Amino acid sequence: MLTIENLHAEIDDKGILNGIDLDVKAGEVHAIMGPNGSGKSTLSSVIAGNEDYEITQGSILFGGEDIHEMSPEERSHKGIFLSFQYPVEIPGVSVTNFIKTALNAQRKAAGEEDMPAAAMLKKIREKSSLLGIDSKFLSRSLNQGFSGGEKKRNEIFQMAMMEPKLAILDETDSGLDIDALKIVADGVNALKTPNNATIVITHYQRLLDYIIPDFVHVLYNGKIVKSGTKELAKELEAKGYDWIKKEVAG
Amino acid sequence: MEFKDKLLDTYIAFEEELGPKDSIQKLRSQALKTFENLGFPTKKLEAWKYTSLNSLLQNDYLLFPKSEKAVELNQIKHAFLYEIDTYKVVFIDGVHSPFLSDTTHDGLDVCLLSAALSKPKYKKLIDTYFGSVADTDESMTALNTTYAREGAYIYIPPSVVAEKPIEIIHLSTGDQGAVWLQPRNLIVVDTNAQVQIVERHQSLKEHPVVTNCVTEIFAHPEALVDYYKIQNDMDSASLIDNTYIAQDKNSHVSVHTFSFGGKITRNNLNFYQNGEHINSTLKGITLLQEKQHVDHYTLVHHAQPNCESHQDYKGIFSDRSVGVFNGKILVDKIAQKTNAFQQNNNIILDDKAKVNTKPQLEIFADDVRCSHGCTIGQLDQEALFYLRSRGIPKKEAKALMTYAFANNVLESVQIPTLKKKINKLIANKLGVNLGFDL
Repeated sequence: MLTIENLHAEIDDKGILNGIDLDVKAGEVHAIMGPNGSGKSTLSSVIAGNEDYEITQGSILFGGEDIHEMSPEERSHKGIFLSFQYPVEIPGVSVTNFIKTALNAQRKAAGEEDMPAAAMLKKIREKSSLLGIDSKFLSRSLNQGFSGGEKKRNEIFQMAMMEPKLAILDETDSGLDIDALKIVADGVNALKTPNNATIVITHYQRLLDYIIPDFVHVLYNGKIVKSGTKELAKELEAKGYDWIKKEVAG
Repeated sequence: MEFKDKLLDTYIAFEEELGPKDSIQKLRSQALKTFENLGFPTKKLEAWKYTSLNSLLQNDYLLFPKSEKAVELNQIKHAFLYEIDTYKVVFIDGVHSPFLSDTTHDGLDVCLLSAALSKPKYKKLIDTYFGSVADTDESMTALNTTYAREGAYIYIPPSVVAEKPIEIIHLSTGDQGAVWLQPRNLIVVDTNAQVQIVERHQSLKEHPVVTNCVTEIFAHPEALVDYYKIQNDMDSASLIDNTYIAQDKNSHVSVHTFSFGGKITRNNLNFYQNGEHINSTLKGITLLQEKQHVDHYTLVHHAQPNCESHQDYKGIFSDRSVGVFNGKILVDKIAQKTNAFQQNNNIILDDKAKVNTKPQLEIFADDVRCSHGCTIGQLDQEALFYLRSRGIPKKEAKALMTYAFANNVLESVQIPTLKKKINKLIANKLGVNLGFDL
């Protein structure tokens, strides 16, 4: 589904990604771990099409198609979803109106009519109950005054509504207490099908107790320096990142 | 002949035409002298540093256009809040249109200044209010006073709540070439009375028009005045708006100014607080493109203790448009416990757009809370990426961010139909259809 080869990316002439190779197939869950500043968030931004970053080498294929030149909205229409570490506040635009706009933009891109209001409402009800979101929350301004947990839950709600092929969860666990973490993880697991894939980006192993990865990759200095199964995450939790750094240095 | 000379020379004939019934003859001749001395403001004046009227003074304007032509309702429907019932005072090229208006004397007066200026029963009222809050030393106001003869006259008696909004609409047909209009509105809201007013100036086709408008508003104790200015005129139309508001104790007055179009717009908005526990609100959204120019020049004079003022102006500037904000807050020595808040935030979308913003605080009391802040920035790229990553195209994403940016001002619009209309105007301006009402 997603094939990244020898990907180099920079921002303001500073190289952040230095040759990433990653292959994600439908039905898989990949975890990308690594110390702060290793390039985790950059990788997710680059996949989602953030124009602040320049790809200097390598390729990103999604569904066999080169997405290098595609805008963020085109990538979204193709089925890529990024759950943000720091979702942006949009005062005056309710959660409901925002998701309607997003969903209908997606349908328009696919040459479809706007979703009928009743169907939209039904879908919103269904997906919000999955994440334990009440209706009052839906009429609030997007992310404005939301707690950390509410913001992340709202990200997963948007993901549930948009039904992406590839979901990238960027530090979705940061700022969440254990109860919120469980709700978010349950939501992600419930949305999993054999046809979609998930990339979980995290600093800590904790989230991976709830969202079980098929593969774990360690990112360091803009490169994947080690890949393994969920056992690797446990090892990192126990030993920290220093041994990886040493291994790379040695 | 220079346009100024024409303005001076026309006066004698004008005075004769009005005849002895004119109740403000003295004010006029004084004002004429003031204008003769001061002339049109130039950029040499600190208050006009960023706005030049030179480009407007090249034309030979018709001062008193004759409105012969009827205007079809359908042609101008968009300028009204036609979805709801309102009182209307409508002028075509400065002349009252009875056909388009819906005035009243039933429990409140929504009618014409020309009647108030000439009928004996209004004499006392005119003597009391007319010209009493307007700045007699300001040249554009003086020019308006010299030739003031038509506009809206509104009186809300004590404890009366006007049950529907009042629209003051000035249309300019462009059938008679370049015109210079000088409407004059007088609004008196008596003790504990309430009113909502919407004011709009609109050209019906591209033609040079300058409107030099003066509005005086008197809010008596406990009065509540909610005033909206819609400035979305064509690129050939300019507006110099001079609004003066005198507030008595416990009154609340708010003015929202939506500046979305026009060639040059200058808003002189002046609040004078003459009692305690007064609340004054000044808000605006300025959304400009191409070479449009809007200058907000506000004054809030805190002359008594325990009063508040809230200013919040948002500006979004594209292309080569220019925005100016000068917000003066004057707090007299006796005006202790004043709470004055001022905010001016601007977003520049293109390199060539320009904003000049200047807070001007003169505080002589020692126990006050005054805060002010102005920002000039660009659209937040991270936020834009967030919206686009949800599949929302760039143009729509920018529009959503513009709404979010202006939301503080939009959300305090108290007339739902008007709010919808402004939302639509913004969407049109940004070239998007968001498919929902905010």
